[in-house]
Amino acid sequence: MVDTASVVIVGAGHSGFQTAKSLRDSGFTGPVTVLNGDAEAPYQRPPLSKAYLTGKSGFDDLRFAAQEFYARMDITLRNGVRAETINPAGRTLGLSDGTILPYGHLVLATGTKPRELTVPGSDADGVVGLRSVADADDIAARLETSRNVVVIGAGFIGLEFVSVAVAKGHTPVVLEFAPRILGRAASEPVSEYFLSHYRQQGVDFRLGTAVERIETIDGKAVAVVDSKGTRHPADLVVVGIGVLPETSLAEQAGLTIDNGIFVDEFLGTSDPHISAVGDCCSYPSTTAGRVVRLESVQNATDHGRCVAAKIVGTPRPYMELPWFWSDQGTKKLQIAGLNFGSDQQVIRGDLGGGKFSVFMYNDGELVAVDSVDRPMDHMSARRLMAAKVPLSPQDAGDPDFDLKAFALKARTAAATGA
Amino acid sequence: MLKVKLDQDKCVSGGQCVFAAPEVFDQRDEDGVAVLLREDVPAELVDGVREAADICPALAITLQEN
Ligand SMILES: Cc1cc2nc3c(=O)[nH]c(=O)nc-3n(C[C@H](O)[C@H](O)[C@H](O)COP(=O)(O)OP(=O)(O)OC[C@H]3O[C@@H](n4cnc5c(N)ncnc54)[C@H](O)[C@@H]3O)c2cc1C
Repeated sequence: MVDTASVVIVGAGHSGFQTAKSLRDSGFTGPVTVLNGDAEAPYQRPPLSKAYLTGKSGFDDLRFAAQEFYARMDITLRNGVRAETINPAGRTLGLSDGTILPYGHLVLATGTKPRELTVPGSDADGVVGLRSVADADDIAARLETSRNVVVIGAGFIGLEFVSVAVAKGHTPVVLEFAPRILGRAASEPVSEYFLSHYRQQGVDFRLGTAVERIETIDGKAVAVVDSKGTRHPADLVVVGIGVLPETSLAEQAGLTIDNGIFVDEFLGTSDPHISAVGDCCSYPSTTAGRVVRLESVQNATDHGRCVAAKIVGTPRPYMELPWFWSDQGTKKLQIAGLNFGSDQQVIRGDLGGGKFSVFMYNDGELVAVDSVDRPMDHMSARRLMAAKVPLSPQDAGDPDFDLKAFALKARTAAATGA
Repeated sequence: MLKVKLDQDKCVSGGQCVFAAPEVFDQRDEDGVAVLLREDVPAELVDGVREAADICPALAITLQEN
């Protein structure tokens, strides 16, 4: 049973905000408090490496809601206040302002923190990560004056930054430890496509190459030396080597941790009065048939809705189909499903022209679809996978097959899993 | 009547609104950006439109009651 006397949410990212909003949307009338460890009003992160970084949008566009929203929804939002300790037996939190806050049910929505570089020179001025609005402001300012940009890590965020840097006239060097870019989440054809796409724009990729050290003068970064001994002059070093789940509170409370705060299919932790949502938690995924921890807006917001449903007494297991997007400059990459290995890949569309989808099958079952500038393939794939309507590899690869019409027929069923 | 507004600059082509309220939202085939089919929401479509605004991953949909 969930104690619904009062709900406290730790963290005001996508998952924390959605939890609070969904609680009210589902008619929860008890007190809702959101502890936002950040000084700023709660905001969205994806634009930080996109429109916000280019200067096209400002902080107001990032905010989830205007200040008056929280008052209207009767949500107590405490900006700049962190939860520092949990007392699970007494069901209280110790806060950074020195006060104690009781909870009926606690939702941990603590997100992630950037994995930090540990090589010599990592703490030099000019070595920066990209997770917060302050990071984005810092990078935007540095992009105006820097001469040599080096990016460490060719994941989604590193490459989104590359696209912004290129648009501003830079030709970054990118060091990637793995043999291919976007290796953690995208298929080989997508990696290869973006590699040649960015190389054509002058980006210098060094694959299978790690960073050895950062040279500094007077505490400022001046060059990056890679594992092959090459020295790359650099006054701006953007580090995008992944994130780690923020589990310190949960660990202190003695909750089970397994690559994140481990939760069941109802997002409950090993303590019946504590749930966890979003980037910080790992859970048994019905889609993947294994425990996963995902870092996406879809995952964070769908978790928020799911945990709210449980708290108001209408629990349902979490079963949403994962999907993701990334803007690589003017190109859009979209991913539906999860690829933990596939034995067959089918290309649909124009690979060379940069408008294509990769349909990934495992044991004859469609498990994931990567789309580059093929939004209708992406939508169709989500409809079909959510409704569990099979699509044969032959049809997927047949340009004359009307995939959109085929998937629309599955609409009614897909709407529930969307 | 409920009025719906869509900020196409914020839209991330997630298509959530089309799942929730296909009578009110569509997507451009070429880039997936949402398009509004109507601004005024008749009573029978209000629930779907409210859901669309809630599940938009970029908060690009706003509702105005008059
Ligand atoms: C630059 C960038 C670009 C991205 N682009 C995309 C994209 O294109 N598509 C996509 O799907 N996803 C994208 N993501 C990922 C997406 O932003 C995350 O999946 C999402 O933010 C997860 O939400 P969350 O609420 O779980 O965690 P977070 O957004 O990380 O929020 C957690 C919050 O909890 C706070 N907190 C932690 N501990 C405490 C404490 N003890 N007390 C109080 N507060 C605490 C933190 O300060 C933080 O504000 C991007 C992320 C970044 C950084």
